[in-house]
Amino acid sequence: MQPSIAIRDLTLAFGAVEVLHDLNLEVGQGEFLVLLGSSGCGKSTLLNCIAGLLDITDGQIFIQGKNVTWEEPSRRGIGMVFQSYALYPQMTVEGNLSFGLKNAGLPRAEIAARVARAARILQIEPLLKRKPAALSGGQRQRVAIGRALVRDVDVFLFDEPLSNLDAKLRADLRVEIKQLHQQLENTMIYVTHDQVEAMTLADRIAIMKGGSIMQLGSPKEIYNRPANRYVAEFIGSPTMNMIEGNLDMQITPSFSAEGMSVPLQTYAFGSDAASGPAVFGIRPEHVEAGEGAEAMPVRLDAAVDLVEPLGSDTLVRARAGDRNLWARMPGQPDLRPRQPLRLGFDPARAHLFRLSDDTRL
Amino acid sequence: MGKLRDPDCNPLQARAETVLTDYAARAQAASGPRGRKPRRRLSGRNIMIYGTLFVVSVYYLLPLWVMVVTSLKGMPEIRLGNIFAPPVEITFEPWVKAWAEACTGLNCDGLSRGFWNSVRITVPSALVSIFIASVNGYALANWRFRGGEAFFTILIFGAFIPYQVMLYPMVILLREAGLYGSLTGLIVVHTVFGMPIVTLLFRNYFTSLPEELFKAARVDGAGFWGIYFRVMLPMSLPIFTVAMIIQITGIWNDFLFGTVFTRPNLYPMTVQLNNIVNSVQGVKEYNVNMAATLLTGLVPLAIYFASGKLFVRGIAAGAVKG
Repeated sequence: MQPSIAIRDLTLAFGAVEVLHDLNLEVGQGEFLVLLGSSGCGKSTLLNCIAGLLDITDGQIFIQGKNVTWEEPSRRGIGMVFQSYALYPQMTVEGNLSFGLKNAGLPRAEIAARVARAARILQIEPLLKRKPAALSGGQRQRVAIGRALVRDVDVFLFDEPLSNLDAKLRADLRVEIKQLHQQLENTMIYVTHDQVEAMTLADRIAIMKGGSIMQLGSPKEIYNRPANRYVAEFIGSPTMNMIEGNLDMQITPSFSAEGMSVPLQTYAFGSDAASGPAVFGIRPEHVEAGEGAEAMPVRLDAAVDLVEPLGSDTLVRARAGDRNLWARMPGQPDLRPRQPLRLGFDPARAHLFRLSDDTRL
Repeated sequence: MGKLRDPDCNPLQARAETVLTDYAARAQAASGPRGRKPRRRLSGRNIMIYGTLFVVSVYYLLPLWVMVVTSLKGMPEIRLGNIFAPPVEITFEPWVKAWAEACTGLNCDGLSRGFWNSVRITVPSALVSIFIASVNGYALANWRFRGGEAFFTILIFGAFIPYQVMLYPMVILLREAGLYGSLTGLIVVHTVFGMPIVTLLFRNYFTSLPEELFKAARVDGAGFWGIYFRVMLPMSLPIFTVAMIIQITGIWNDFLFGTVFTRPNLYPMTVQLNNIVNSVQGVKEYNVNMAATLLTGLVPLAIYFASGKLFVRGIAAGAVKG
């Protein structure tokens, strides 16, 4: 099957600065792809290139098999939703929804039908006669989604659509966007810096840094087998515990750092694993603390340093030797600073990265 | 209190005591500062501020007072010399004379001729220059084109060249184009010379509008003019008002271009006013001169008063965080 969107050797440079470099990406039909990265990583730039709002320096962009590299944004078969909603303030909601269709010269009956359909799907029918200023943040973003919806296109582009909303609304609209995707089965590309949005919405996540894609994979892959140290530290909250040390692959593989040694017989090594300086990573949720630690293959003695109760579970920063390790404990354990705490983990759930180039071992 | 302190009711005592200290704390707080901080009306600071403001306003309003008062007096009363005194006998004769009868050169139809000339100069000049400058500013802000920055730099540089330097070349240009001495020529001159500052004004305003709005309109398939007329213009009332004020008052008050580029029968109001006031023959009719000056200043004054309100309303309407 042909991909919905294909990007070949895309390069974008502003003068001497290359923002995107030789980027290749394919998005399948009906796929929900999330571009995730911290600010300045080029994710929004890439989206603007796909939309045709930025002229690219080199490469090609295909949408539904058609080469749209030189096409105007309106002729690419895309709808776009912006972070600041970008509603036309002087038009009513209805005017906002129909503006693109009027520009395309559609017959009036067709416009009315499409606006009505979009308003029904997004439940904004009572708002149609209002101006954007009279809407709440969530309603405005719904209208903005509606503006993409009426265009009846195959590809939706979202540029951080929820970043301007408060936490509760963000969670609600996140669910709505996911439902919308299940209902419409369009291809969607969604830019965000929020890993929760990325994990919950995506079929696949592309993690970007410095204008290139660090890893492209399903949320599970990204979480379970991060391809490099950057991805490992970017995904997960609190961030993964990282310990620098040495990997020894002779006879039985093991990792050693000051004051600790971890046998790694159960760890699934990649094909090019070799002895040498390495980084050992373990997620806080895979570190058992207290009684649970005794059942784990590797155990350490530590002392409670800081406690962050979240209600459903509790984050503990424990001090082992001169290292800080985060652990996520279920429930609401009664912990006080400086109290001794046993930590334990299973090396099979660990992540090892080569120190020199940060790639996974 | 003594009863509560009884050692027999030990379990209660601790609670009762906390309750009591709580009341004590509240009583103490009630006597301290609470609520809005009081302000003194007659402080040294206020006297300074209002005193200065009063003196400055008197300083600025006094000349206006003298002008209005003098223009309503007859000549005999003016000769008495009490220039600050209100008129004993109010007469509108000087106003009528200034408007319809005062002589400049051969024409004796007063300032009315200059007024209509000025209207015929100001209205097209302001409209054309604002339209062109707004499109310029829109293109510079939103459609980044090759050489756009260089073009803008040149335009801004143009704003700092003294007009006198460009007078003679402009005369030659207009002569070659066959427009010298005509109203059209003067309108062209005003449009060209208003361009740098008004373009700058519009460019900065359009740059301040959210860029995503422009992007959204492009995705919606609106072209250069579609975005300008349907998206940008409706959001730009405040800046158009500001541009209107600058251009109308600037062009109305212009004297230099009016004298250089037109013929006597096309002189704008300012030039005609000068000719009336500075005429050397005959008696100096101070009351007519004052009335003529007030009449000439009336248009910019009216613009300020009328658009001041529109200006505020425009800003309020435009301040939608969309």
